[in-house]
Amino acid sequence: MKTLRPLSALRGSLAATLMAGATMLTPLAAQAEEEKVITAVMHSGLRVLDPVITTAHITRNHGYMVYDVLTAVDENFQPQPQMAEFAVSDDGLTYTFTLRDGLKFHDGAPVTGADVVASLTRWGKRDSGGQMIFDVTANLEATDDKTVVWTLSEPFPPLMNVISKQSAVPPFIMPKRVAETSADETITEYIGSGPFVFETDLYEPGVSVTYTKFDDYVPRDESASWMAGGKVVNVDKVVWTTMPDSLTAINALAAGEIDYLEQVQVDLLPILQSAPDVTVETRDPLGYVTIGRPNFLHPPFDNKKVRQAALEALNQEDVLATMMGDPEYYKVCGAIFGCDTPLGDEAGSEPITSGAHPDKAKALLEEAGYDGTPIVLMAPTDVVSLVNQPVVAAQALRQAGFNVDMQPMDWQTVVNRRAQQSPPAEGGWNIFFTNWMVPEISDPLINVMVNGRGDDAWFGWPTDDAIEALRSDFVAAASDAERKEIAVKIQEHVMDNVNYIHLGEYTMPQARQNTIQNIIPSPVPVFWNMTKGD
Amino acid sequence: MLSYILKRVLATVPVMIIVAVFVFLLLRLTPGDPAAILAGDAATPAQLERIRDNLGLNDPLYVQFFTWTGQMLQGDLGTSLISNTSVSDMIASRLGPTINIAVMTIIISVLLAVPMGVIAAWRHRTWIDFAVMSFSVLGFSVPVFVIGYVLIQIFAIELRWVPVQGYAAPSDGIGNFFIRAILPSLTLATIYVALIARMTRASMLEVLGEDYIRTARAKGVRENTVLFRHALRNAAVPILTIIGTGFALLISGVVVTESVFNIPGIGRLTVDAILARDYPVIQAMILLTAGIYVLVNLLVDISYSIFDPRIRY
Repeated sequence: MKTLRPLSALRGSLAATLMAGATMLTPLAAQAEEEKVITAVMHSGLRVLDPVITTAHITRNHGYMVYDVLTAVDENFQPQPQMAEFAVSDDGLTYTFTLRDGLKFHDGAPVTGADVVASLTRWGKRDSGGQMIFDVTANLEATDDKTVVWTLSEPFPPLMNVISKQSAVPPFIMPKRVAETSADETITEYIGSGPFVFETDLYEPGVSVTYTKFDDYVPRDESASWMAGGKVVNVDKVVWTTMPDSLTAINALAAGEIDYLEQVQVDLLPILQSAPDVTVETRDPLGYVTIGRPNFLHPPFDNKKVRQAALEALNQEDVLATMMGDPEYYKVCGAIFGCDTPLGDEAGSEPITSGAHPDKAKALLEEAGYDGTPIVLMAPTDVVSLVNQPVVAAQALRQAGFNVDMQPMDWQTVVNRRAQQSPPAEGGWNIFFTNWMVPEISDPLINVMVNGRGDDAWFGWPTDDAIEALRSDFVAAASDAERKEIAVKIQEHVMDNVNYIHLGEYTMPQARQNTIQNIIPSPVPVFWNMTKGD
Repeated sequence: MLSYILKRVLATVPVMIIVAVFVFLLLRLTPGDPAAILAGDAATPAQLERIRDNLGLNDPLYVQFFTWTGQMLQGDLGTSLISNTSVSDMIASRLGPTINIAVMTIIISVLLAVPMGVIAAWRHRTWIDFAVMSFSVLGFSVPVFVIGYVLIQIFAIELRWVPVQGYAAPSDGIGNFFIRAILPSLTLATIYVALIARMTRASMLEVLGEDYIRTARAKGVRENTVLFRHALRNAAVPILTIIGTGFALLISGVVVTESVFNIPGIGRLTVDAILARDYPVIQAMILLTAGIYVLVNLLVDISYSIFDPRIRY
């Protein structure tokens, strides 16, 4: 008579089979030991490889791996030389850039002034700050292989800050033949002069991207500080892998299968607390802001008092607490240019930072003669960081007497619909919410929401001559003190006119194996300087 | 048989044309703008318009349709609007993981479910039958991601027998492939085991009541032979149908399982493409899925005649 094998025997044979499989993994593991590889899970998959055509953060991060920049801001927001030293003429009209020695593209060709001119020209067609500089550009030319001279027709004092910015579209330097691609088409060759080489053959869009150390890269001598200073690469390879499921990424980190997780969902952090080999920390000292944008073209938000009522009705604390949960990762802060930035100031922000004021909102609505016109509030359902704001805002607005028509949709539909200028009942909208990195809103030239040029402004299209005059004053301001003074006036104006509703700041923690050290604290995650121990 | 296969293959042509027209129009009527995804949040309307021009999205619909179908007829699936890479290459790199996991899932499912169904029918109304049916209900009812997370917790995190996530092709070593594919395959197999076991049981119960089974038993044929040679073979047609449909479903993408186990398969490719409104990728994926369904159904129909000689085409 046949007998059943005991369960323990079965378990043993299964374990043996799996161990045999694991043993076959050894060659891969050994290979990994030979070369230092950092496996990182980034906040999203890389799908667009052109860091000039898009403002997508993941593509910008890719840009910093593969390309270098002429100058870059350090942690004190000061522009510093990176590929080039720079000098400004006394009249503020001529900027001279001198490329440092040893700069090479990944194909071995030297970086020349002609490459820089072509790259800046293409960037100037995409970036809003770049467009403003090119509006006053008299001439941009390479006077020799190492020198680029940029001549303006009128002074543009913030020029160095604009070309040194770290987000959203920094002027990455590409070979001339690549940079000559139309600014409205994506590039098809991915050669830079940055510290890492992009491995085309190993790239799978949205799945995985591999970078290897560029052996011929010559780092600067200064210590790394944000995007400035010496970019010293201490590993052989960096692999970004995409994990659409946050829990899987956390489990993979806890199990030691990956080295670095760029963003951890705060509600999943307790899982990592029991992982002794993992450190959770905040890398980005500035973080993000979340905002609501009203549509100025249609009732009721074409009325300033109704916009003010919305500002009084909403409350940063409620929105942020719902989004993040843990107060350690959010901050009530009314500064539209960011709390910890040189231009940050909270003037006039009391309506949104001191709790909800539904009674004041009701009074303002009555004063405005609000007739109950429904507010079409677009609520994306497929982007985790944007799911909560519309729900909290809708409830707060209803409590203040607004008639809210919250319409759930996917983010792509929001993106499509927010571009429609038609009335809300005919496919338009009244309000939507989005997030920005603080460096993307940290001054009046970068922050698209303080643009008041009507149809040429960002979605919502305010026609606001007063803010445009202030922005012109900002461009013309000669000193940091003067710029700060104007920034405060813009802050007060935005809070009074409610160009948008600033809903506070939050940070996303990162997590790493303890073997990963020397990460540069910076808004953009970078892999130079980083070390991997055994 | 050959003329039947030819007829069936020819019949797929109008099906594919209808699917192509329908998908193309549906996508163009759905709100969304690939140019906005490409350019990002701060792009101005004028910049978006120029990008749309370059991508050909401002051309009249009929021009876009005939450009696409012209490319398709030459075997060119086009280029992704977002990543600017060949759609054929994208699908080729994603199809392998999906097919391999699907094959492993179906093998596990058939090996477990068919004997379970046969035994349940053989021991009808006993505790064995009850147990199989209970498992079946459980398999249907528990969401696949829950099963996935539970298996990860037990086998990857607690016991550390297998990795939490990832995929390795069989060409990287059978062991590598096996230890990464086993959990997703078991996860997916749960529902198919339930489905196939139920279908096998029902089909076997019907056949076991037939006269020729009683005759075989009366002649003293061994029970194993009765069950597996006489009964199962005659009960095979509905079981094969279920297996075929299941396989086609698995090939057309199982996005939740692919996400939970981080498998770069075509389910994720399709969902990512839909969220980005990457028209060429979505169109190619839907046509591919339709083609797979047609092919699998044809193979299933042909296999009927192998198992049941009474069926002739």
